[in-house]
Amino acid sequence: MFLELFFQYLVAGLTYGTIYAIVGIGFNIIYNTTGIINFAQGEFVMLGGMTAVTLSGFLPLPLAIAGAVLITMVVGGLIEMVFIRWLVKPSVLRMIIITIGISILIREGALALWGESVRSLPYFTGNEISAISVGNVRLSPQVLWSIGVCSIIVVFLNLFFKHTMAGREMRACAANRDAAALCGIPTKNMITLSFVLSAGIGALAGCVVSPITYTQYNIGAGLAIKGFTVAILGGLGNSMAAVAAGFILGILESFSIWVLPTAYKDAISIAILLAMLFIRPSGLFGNKEAMRLKDF
Amino acid sequence: MRTSRYIPVLALFGVVVLVQLLTLTGGKAFFLTQLTMSAYYSLIVIGLCLLMGFAGQISLGHAGFFAIGGYTSAVLTTLNLSAYKETTLVALLAKTGILTSRQDLYGGSLLSVHPWAACGIAVLLALVVAWAIGIPVLKLKGHYLAMATLGFGTIIYSIVLGTQRFGAADGISSVPSFPLLFGVSVSGDSSQRVLNYYFAWLLVALAMTMLLNLIHSRVGRALRSIHGAEDAAGAMGVDTARYKLSTFMLSAVLAAVAGVFLTHYNGGIGPSEASIMKSVRYVAIVAVGGMASIWGTLIMSVVLNFLSLRGYFGSFDDAVFGGILILIMLFAPDGIIGADLRALVKKLARKKNSVDNR
Repeated sequence: MFLELFFQYLVAGLTYGTIYAIVGIGFNIIYNTTGIINFAQGEFVMLGGMTAVTLSGFLPLPLAIAGAVLITMVVGGLIEMVFIRWLVKPSVLRMIIITIGISILIREGALALWGESVRSLPYFTGNEISAISVGNVRLSPQVLWSIGVCSIIVVFLNLFFKHTMAGREMRACAANRDAAALCGIPTKNMITLSFVLSAGIGALAGCVVSPITYTQYNIGAGLAIKGFTVAILGGLGNSMAAVAAGFILGILESFSIWVLPTAYKDAISIAILLAMLFIRPSGLFGNKEAMRLKDF
Repeated sequence: MRTSRYIPVLALFGVVVLVQLLTLTGGKAFFLTQLTMSAYYSLIVIGLCLLMGFAGQISLGHAGFFAIGGYTSAVLTTLNLSAYKETTLVALLAKTGILTSRQDLYGGSLLSVHPWAACGIAVLLALVVAWAIGIPVLKLKGHYLAMATLGFGTIIYSIVLGTQRFGAADGISSVPSFPLLFGVSVSGDSSQRVLNYYFAWLLVALAMTMLLNLIHSRVGRALRSIHGAEDAAGAMGVDTARYKLSTFMLSAVLAAVAGVFLTHYNGGIGPSEASIMKSVRYVAIVAVGGMASIWGTLIMSVVLNFLSLRGYFGSFDDAVFGGILILIMLFAPDGIIGADLRALVKKLARKKNSVDNR
């Protein structure tokens, strides 16, 4: 009995962990090309889920999800072009405040558009009560969907950054923006691309977990803090470490229910965040020396 | 030079009196309620202005300190210790006047902490929390500092929202009035409205005087040097960590004081006062006021808070503040009042000089 419960919690932790990991990766993609922490990162997840729910009203599910991801990518690109592209060497404080403002506007826009009601996509296969038994543990197929899709996202990103021209150019931007510009890489377009990319993966993750975690206009801010915790835990800029960190946070959170009241569940991630920031801001897997050279 | 600093404070009081007379003759006395609340919110904002604009440290958790002040005061003044009347500690506290008994709404007697004592405890608590949080947090910079303070604000919010003793989502209501001198008390009672208005603005004027003196002193110069270049300031012998911490604590105390009095004025406090959106709103006001302009911040605080409290922004309240934040940071990161006014004054001064020279 104890073992079964243990595995149930573990699976729940992994499910939440995947979405935290995706938000964390989204932070990293934009941070790497721009040096900006995009406080509106969680809003992409919300936008993806909400748009997909609306589109699924008149489109088949796969098309609705594809549409939602595309729309969110366009929004991400527009945000970069309208608010960020033309700023000349903005200070960190200025960028923090601008992205916070953007997240508020997106949230209030979503509130005006969709209202306060909680929505969710239908289960991709089966329904709320269908379950797959693995030994004594019962899994909702949606859990497999979300873990699977998030794994595919991670693999795809890896391939993209290592083996495509655009991916390599983005990495060049991350390593040294001036040098990249001297080599003829259009750095501004790479920054736009990084916003589009991180909006896209956020939206896709938002769609996949929507049946389990539900979507509401105000989930973005909480997700942003957790995604940031994950990004810090793995070491800012290190996307693969963010995946591991996402699972760690998800599992810690889900097991915290054993000792803490549910209302304080959110405090776990923030406590971890603060502890990491105070003790080891370079992250669990980060390099302290390299961190000191970064500008933040 | 030295006295000229106080002329704007006197002018402020002139404006305060003028506004009161205008509302009286215009039959809009109810505006004073929102103006009083704006004054309390301004206390937080000018403290935050010192922290952000002068010491250069962002805080996205100042609503947390407001909530610490407000909730501590609300809990202590509404708890009922009547059942423990016989225990020596409670009896002793009651004898010293720290505990007072009063009647509740239904005629039962309540034995709770005196508002003055509660206020002292609340401010002390905010001071201790700011100290404990400030030491590690203020070592961080940029994004990390922003996220850490945001994290602090979120923790306070989730504690307030998740704890039954703090009224969870309902907050705490029926907080008693706060007795001042000569029968005046901080409360929402309409007979006390004008006096409350003056008391709130007196607090603001005191805080302004204190902050202005601070800015134009050795401390103010040290803070500005930290903002300009922290490493250079440290090299010149400025104890940067200590200055940052004491500024953080000062702004926390101002926020807590505002929390205490606004809670007594409103007769209650709700969890929305601790929300991140409130913290962001304070940052927005400091940004609009021109970051390092304490007068600009005060003016924008009164204007925006008053409009918001009167409900002119309707359901777009938060969106308005988000929009303001973006517009200011995109087009006028030095604020709208600060930069333009200063440029204008400079221009006029130059003109006058050239006329004199001729």
